[in-house]
Amino acid sequence: MFVRFSQIILICFLIFSNAESAESGGMPQLNPEFWFSQIFWLIITFGIMFILLSKFILPKISENLESRKAEILENIEAAEKQREESDKKLKEYEKIILETKIEAKNYFNKAREKILKDVDKKRENLEKEINDEISNVEKEILDLKNKSPEKIRKIAIETSSDLIKQLIGVEVNNSSISAIVEDVSRKTN
Amino acid sequence: MYQFNVYRIGPEIKLGEVDLSFTNASLFMVISSLAVLIIFNLGSKKNSLIPNKIQLLAELSYTFVSKMINDTAGSKAKPYFSFIFSLFMFVLFCNMFGMIPYAFTVTSHIIVTFVLAAFIFFGVTIIGFIKHGFGYLKLFVPSGVPVVLLPLIVVIEVISYLSRPVSLSVRLFANMMAGHTMMKVFGGFVISLGIVGGWLPLGFSVALTGLEILVAFLQAYVFAILTCIYLNDALNLHH
Repeated sequence: MFVRFSQIILICFLIFSNAESAESGGMPQLNPEFWFSQIFWLIITFGIMFILLSKFILPKISENLESRKAEILENIEAAEKQREESDKKLKEYEKIILETKIEAKNYFNKAREKILKDVDKKRENLEKEINDEISNVEKEILDLKNKSPEKIRKIAIETSSDLIKQLIGVEVNNSSISAIVEDVSRKTN
Repeated sequence: MYQFNVYRIGPEIKLGEVDLSFTNASLFMVISSLAVLIIFNLGSKKNSLIPNKIQLLAELSYTFVSKMINDTAGSKAKPYFSFIFSLFMFVLFCNMFGMIPYAFTVTSHIIVTFVLAAFIFFGVTIIGFIKHGFGYLKLFVPSGVPVVLLPLIVVIEVISYLSRPVSLSVRLFANMMAGHTMMKVFGGFVISLGIVGGWLPLGFSVALTGLEILVAFLQAYVFAILTCIYLNDALNLHH
């Protein structure tokens, strides 16, 4: 597209330049009067510019670019390293947390077991005590129970002998009274 | 065509029969190269990690040209970087300074562009012969061409090779001259049509100024990239 446009410009130029060249006497570009001057100054200016650029300025720009690139790469590397380190630290931290959690659980479990054991022990002791007491009491009761008929018989004999003495004034043989009391108690039973 | 006139500034310098006087063309060559040197010197002076504006400009130009060379001529063209960079910057600044009203456009003279193009042509040819010896002549013999057509093709290739400096120099010179002439013509229309009809050519003139700035950049770019392509032919023989 651009080529076409420049062609159009050239055609326009040719038309106009023909009209103009009549008054000014052709293109100044084709006048060889200052050609050597132009070549000479072109070589001097371009040459000096080229030498200064290639010797001093361009190497410096290239160096600047390289150093910037190197610095950026270095920074990226450092950032990567730090990221890795922080990842490591994070993992360590998580590990520590997990460990402490487990430890805490262990402590808790231990304490619980201990308490349960204590409670069990105390309960056992208590039960033992209670059982002992119960058995003692039962024994006593049994003793009392076992002793009571004899006592009753004795009392019964005594009272009956006393009664008889007072009623009829006769002293009865203890053995006969006991026989009778036994007889009665057997009947009531 | 007054804007293309070359006239002497200061005393006449003669070397034997040859006139080497300092002219307005020389003045603008000096201005352009000085501007390039000043801008790039400022741009390379301070090396900060985050570049300031002028440093950014210098570094962007550097990477732009180095990428252009790398893309078209490959990594073998690295030693010629500073030459192509200088060439691009010189042509660009000459073109751009030509856009200032009353300024002289150095590149609108065929002799200037032709000297540059001829230097490139001879340089590239010499590089080609140094790198490949007489094998460089294989450039004129494309592979895969029927033997019958070969003489014709070789002749065409030789002509096209020899016409490189002409096409390179005429392209730049004609573009610059045509653009400036067009602007002058439209400017003349503004005056001759007066306050009533002069607005249309004035608008054209404004639009053309924008276009010419684009052309100034584009022609410098084309000049540099064609140099790269010629260099590519000399460095990497593809045919």
